[in-house]
Amino acid sequence: MGRFIVRRLIQMTFVLFAVSIMTFLIFNVIPNGDPAERMAGRQPREAQIEAIRKEWGFDDNIFVQYFTTMKKVFTGDLVSYFTQLPVGEEIVKGLPRTLSLAIGAAILWMFVAICFGLYSAVKAGKFADRFLTIIALIGISMPVFWIGALMNHYLGYKLGWFPNGGYVEFTEDPIDWAYHLILPWTALAILFIGFYSRVLRSNVLDTINEDFVRTARAKGLGERQIMIRHVLRNSMIPIVTLWGLDFGAVVGGGAILTETVFDLQGVGQYAAEAVGQLDVPPVLATTMFAAFFIVLLNAIVDILYAYLDPRIRLQ
Amino acid sequence: MATEPATEQVLQGPAAWEEEAGREHVHGLGPWRLGLRRLRRNKVALLFGLLFILLVAACAAAPVWADKVAHTTPDANHLSDTITVDGESKNVVGLDGVPIGPQWFKADGKFFLGADRNGRDIMVRLLYGGRNSLVIGITAAFMTTLLSIILGTVAGYFRGSSDAVIRAVLDVMWSFPVIILGTALGVALALGGLKIGPIHISGDSLVITILIIGLVYVPYMARPVRGQVLSLREKEFVEAAKAQGAGPIRIMFTEVLPNLASTILVFFTLLIANAVLLEAALSFLGAGVRPPTPSWGTMIDEGVDRIATAPHLAIVPGAMLVLTVLSLNVFGDGVRDALDPRAKVRLEH
Repeated sequence: MGRFIVRRLIQMTFVLFAVSIMTFLIFNVIPNGDPAERMAGRQPREAQIEAIRKEWGFDDNIFVQYFTTMKKVFTGDLVSYFTQLPVGEEIVKGLPRTLSLAIGAAILWMFVAICFGLYSAVKAGKFADRFLTIIALIGISMPVFWIGALMNHYLGYKLGWFPNGGYVEFTEDPIDWAYHLILPWTALAILFIGFYSRVLRSNVLDTINEDFVRTARAKGLGERQIMIRHVLRNSMIPIVTLWGLDFGAVVGGGAILTETVFDLQGVGQYAAEAVGQLDVPPVLATTMFAAFFIVLLNAIVDILYAYLDPRIRLQ
Repeated sequence: MATEPATEQVLQGPAAWEEEAGREHVHGLGPWRLGLRRLRRNKVALLFGLLFILLVAACAAAPVWADKVAHTTPDANHLSDTITVDGESKNVVGLDGVPIGPQWFKADGKFFLGADRNGRDIMVRLLYGGRNSLVIGITAAFMTTLLSIILGTVAGYFRGSSDAVIRAVLDVMWSFPVIILGTALGVALALGGLKIGPIHISGDSLVITILIIGLVYVPYMARPVRGQVLSLREKEFVEAAKAQGAGPIRIMFTEVLPNLASTILVFFTLLIANAVLLEAALSFLGAGVRPPTPSWGTMIDEGVDRIATAPHLAIVPGAMLVLTVLSLNVFGDGVRDALDPRAKVRLEH
């Protein structure tokens, strides 16, 4: 186990390094004119472009440039040329909000998807199954920012059932915190509910024909116990892996659209606003942040998986 | 003496089988025939496939509607114009800045779905925007498919160092969420566009959006393609082709690609759906299609800003988008069930 962890962490370090190179290539090397001009944003002033060129060392050779950029990212030296605020601080400030959104949504989508998927599999081929399949397909076909905006307008603004955007700190008032997050959680969860319930349905249908299920039935277990203790537990394994990866993806990127629509002021919205202004330093930092988070979570999921399933350690 | 009967039997074998098959009139159906037959039985999938074709046809006919019915262009402002509805005159955009809602055929097809804040005809913009969204979606899906086939087959068939390099690049790309990689490239290319040697693509061009979307989905398709090629290359028929002296290129086209065809077809359908969705998301964030060029993404973006006073501005393009993506998803699902039920296709990330 120890060897597996070490191997996986070394591998992770390589991927992180590659991710940083790729980010660097996207922003500094893509051939389209002057990178300093691009960095300065929509309305660059001549003096600022000159200062940026010197600061980022765009005249140096490419290896020096890479190190300058990485140094700026990791020492928190990165400053937005649009708001003049340090990028690192803004990301740290937004992180609790993004995590609140992602954790709540992840729990919600997993719970609902298990209910839908299991029910769908039990009723396979019947009307309820077909109905849920169509609902799931509609769910994965809706852009989250569109359904989010409609929910915010009709349920929040028109009917007044929910707050119309905004965020309350958990430490301030946990109930109000959850109340403000119900709509964002739901909007973000819809896509994943559609997807997970379909995966779970097909997994359950595969597991139902396994020998151990027949054994369980033969020894006289009740149908409910068979479904939950034997079938569901075995169908969950691939889903739990996906869950870990998707959670990382949501924190890293999926939240960008949801946060913007509901005005949650997290890392995602910070990135979205920077994108809208073509403000390069925050986009660079959030891109790298996203990929790092995902690579890290991948490694954690793999290690947990190896702990649960010894066969994987030997591969 | 002992070997003689055996040789005879081998020589007789195929002829005997043929004769037998002819007697019983057994006609085996190829996998494509079987798939088509299964797809034909799936009425829901066919219905949604038809819906997609209708949507494409409607968007392709955008200039006809603009010219013959609405008598305007997608970019023409009618801010201070009035139209006649049921005999009375109405402002296209009210004095309070609120544009008129759907008129259906009350104004002879003008402003069928209302106007936006600049007094532009939404129906006309919706059709032209759909044309842009679909062109982006289909071209990007085509690009992803082509790149994935090339990278996947090269990596899977030749293995070794080319496999290691391709896999590493795909793995790194896969570490970025699709939307983040898309916006990062969008921001990097928005100012200045793309310059490769003599070719210069402006930052406002739809080509930039197509290239970005076509690129970011490559890992999601190339990895499964590589996996399939990896198992195909060990099959007996590939060995047989090699024994006959076929080179790698020939094996690729006659043995490997035909066996990948069903996976490719399923992926292509679902890729269009995802590419159209990603276009909308990128445009919503400001890293995709640039206004005033209409696309469903830019229209939703403009609509969301005005949702409090004129919700139809957001609802209409969003509904078209959902209908298109849904039709592709249902049809793609049907195709997969018919051709390749075991394929695990997943694109969202």
